Amino acid sequence: MANIGVFVCWCGSNIAQTVDVVAVAKAASEFKDVVYSVDYKYMCSSPGQNMMIDAIKQHNLDGVVIASCSPRMHESTFRSAAVLAGFNPYMVEMANLREHCSWVHDNREEATKKAIELVRMIVAKVARNAPLNKIYVPVTKRALVIGGGIAGIQAALDIANGGVEVIMVEKEPSIGGHMSQLDETFPTLDCSQCILTPRMVEVATHKNITLYAYSEVDSVEGFVGNFKVKIKRKAKCVIEELCTGCGLCTQKCPVGKKGEVMNEFEVGMAPRPAIYIPFPQAVPNIPVIDRENCTYFKTGKCGVCAKVCVAKAIDFNQKDEIVEEEVGAIIVATGYDLYPKDSYGEYGYGKFKDVISGLEFERMVSASGPTKGKVLRPSNGKPPKNVVFIKCVGSRDEKHGISYCSKICCMYTAKHAMLLHHKCPGAKAYIFYMDIRATGKGYEEFVKRAMEEEGAVYIRGRVSRIYKRKDHLVVVGADTLTGKPVEVEADLVVLATAIIAKDGADKLAQILKISYDTHNFYNEAHPKLRPVETNTAGIFLAGCCQAPKDIPDSVSQGSAAASKALALFSKKELEREPLISRVNEEFCVGCLACQPVCPYNAIEEKEIRDRKGNLIKKVAHINEGLCMGCGACAVTCRSGCIILEGFTNNQIFEQINTFENLISKFEPTPEETVAKK
Amino acid sequence: MEEKSAKTDWEPRIVGFVCNWCTYAGADLAGTSRLKYPPNVRLIRLPCTGAIDPLFIVKAFQSGADAVLVSGCHPNDCHYTSGNYHARRKLTVFKDLLEFTGLDPKRFWMSWISASEGQKFASFMEEIVTETKKLGPLKGYNN
Repeated sequence: MANIGVFVCWCGSNIAQTVDVVAVAKAASEFKDVVYSVDYKYMCSSPGQNMMIDAIKQHNLDGVVIASCSPRMHESTFRSAAVLAGFNPYMVEMANLREHCSWVHDNREEATKKAIELVRMIVAKVARNAPLNKIYVPVTKRALVIGGGIAGIQAALDIANGGVEVIMVEKEPSIGGHMSQLDETFPTLDCSQCILTPRMVEVATHKNITLYAYSEVDSVEGFVGNFKVKIKRKAKCVIEELCTGCGLCTQKCPVGKKGEVMNEFEVGMAPRPAIYIPFPQAVPNIPVIDRENCTYFKTGKCGVCAKVCVAKAIDFNQKDEIVEEEVGAIIVATGYDLYPKDSYGEYGYGKFKDVISGLEFERMVSASGPTKGKVLRPSNGKPPKNVVFIKCVGSRDEKHGISYCSKICCMYTAKHAMLLHHKCPGAKAYIFYMDIRATGKGYEEFVKRAMEEEGAVYIRGRVSRIYKRKDHLVVVGADTLTGKPVEVEADLVVLATAIIAKDGADKLAQILKISYDTHNFYNEAHPKLRPVETNTAGIFLAGCCQAPKDIPDSVSQGSAAASKALALFSKKELEREPLISRVNEEFCVGCLACQPVCPYNAIEEKEIRDRKGNLIKKVAHINEGLCMGCGACAVTCRSGCIILEGFTNNQIFEQINTFENLISKFEPTPEETVAKK
Repeated sequence: MEEKSAKTDWEPRIVGFVCNWCTYAGADLAGTSRLKYPPNVRLIRLPCTGAIDPLFIVKAFQSGADAVLVSGCHPNDCHYTSGNYHARRKLTVFKDLLEFTGLDPKRFWMSWISASEGQKFASFMEEIVTETKKLGPLKGYNN
């Protein structure tokens, strides 16, 4: 039926020294369907490839078997060559005579026998191959970036500078993320705001970037190159086009004066009004009304902001709005949260005013923070003398907290110790640590500087409890290096709380159909080789939503994700391998048992209707854009109506069938062998 | 049931169903590292262990295989996220069924061999061949 050509490669001497290639070619010529069989010194060389091309034409071949090295090595070479001959590349298969035969066996006779069988198996398979065509999927050249922290900002700017439109969605009223809350950054102590705010402004003013602040992703449909995204724009109750950002409304708002509403940006260390701009450098610099705490929304009376607004930008009737956007790629950069404050009762967080978190300390030392950059004890407003920093609060603590290392705490604690010494002369930093992990460029030197030049006292050991003695906090711990208990009388205790996944990270993952780990961090496609891709094609990761990271790592990942998106946009259409699953709709009973096994959510229900629109039946439908061709559905299908192209049951069974024939043809059956003895 | 074969020139016939990304690549690595193992095994390449239909295994036994092996990526390393988990569940149950049909479950092997475990692949082949030789040829499964 089929006309198959077999090309046996010597690979110089690599195959030929242990396998009698001439004998293989001769044996192959006798196989069913084989009309042409030849051996050649280097099939992958240009004359070798031309030989294949000529033979295809001359012998009118409709299947080709290259018996040479691993298909993982040269399958694409021969398939591309076949395309040049106008031949369907998926009719070319390879028998692995080198890696799986000549290189691993010594006995020439046995190796030759095995080689013949390997060729025979592949010939049987090719006889059942079907010509396939590449799948082309159109690409919408726009990207969605979810999260406006430094990772998202970097990704958005890189893509926008590459000439592609970007839509950025940020949950909070302003972009900037956690980086905007930081004072100085390790290991250079450069000012966080100074390096970040220009980038925030660039995002807002870039002609290719549309910024949806105070918005959330509501739903995502579609697949790589063709996502349809619904974005919920929460009502700001301020008309953006009219607002000038003068801030008069925020000053006149009567709410927050008594500290009834605390500013999230200041980590609850300062009050804020109900209509507010989170911080002075916010982008966009437009206030939002917190409807939960606004007197007007609670009682229907007040409206001071509307009265004082010269631009008439206040609109209490604004409703949440859904906007729809079409994008080709999505970059998820949703960032992190900090370990819940009250988890460590023994450290007295929430009980003692002078026990604060690292982020609170960060706001305290920030010039624009609630204390205007002065380190003061929250209990009495006086500068502290002894400050204890406790690392690994939550991190690396499987019993209490989380098993992983939060990565940045060692560094920022060293930084905090330095900042304390700089901003609060006379104060002394005591740092309780488990290990010091300073693995970045200049990091080790930075920690050394904190110890040696700045004189921070590092104590190796965990703190067992903190209690109050008069005006001070007594930190009780053990120094595991000397083996003695330690007590430090502190005025202020700073906890380096662990980085955890953003609240709601799992829900967003379900919307995006990407996988997440037990800690709710998003999974990359490969931990080493595909660190910014997810297993869902077209969705990429950046920053701490994947795992704890410092700023340089988040920025690199943002750029990496952007380059992946730009690569996707570099073509008009996406070319995809046709080796995917297909449903025979005639036999499909629509049980959809295949749906839950699909790791890519590529299987959807399809309704088949007649001309009048009456429903005939429902069947499974495989989305060509999403299917990666793993074949799990094909095995699961109860009616056997799903086939995996390139690896159909017919092809595999033919391969197995060759053994049956071989037993009778090439060697005595086991029974005969035993009988002979 | 199955008699142990004495010293004969009989060589067991072994069929392996392996995934493209880990074990097939591991076998390639065994080749590039020039590790030696007995030539009894014939590998059939599939994209993923999750794509291995238990019927393939039955068919292999029927076609004269004395042992069948399935090998793929280590749990958690599947190229397709979860294919090897599906395979593991399915084939564990299937192994019990094989026993029920009268086949020695020692003839069915499962393993996880990554693309970097050429040595493991080679020693796994050694082990299967040695063990299958002890069991002798599989009789009465193909008629």
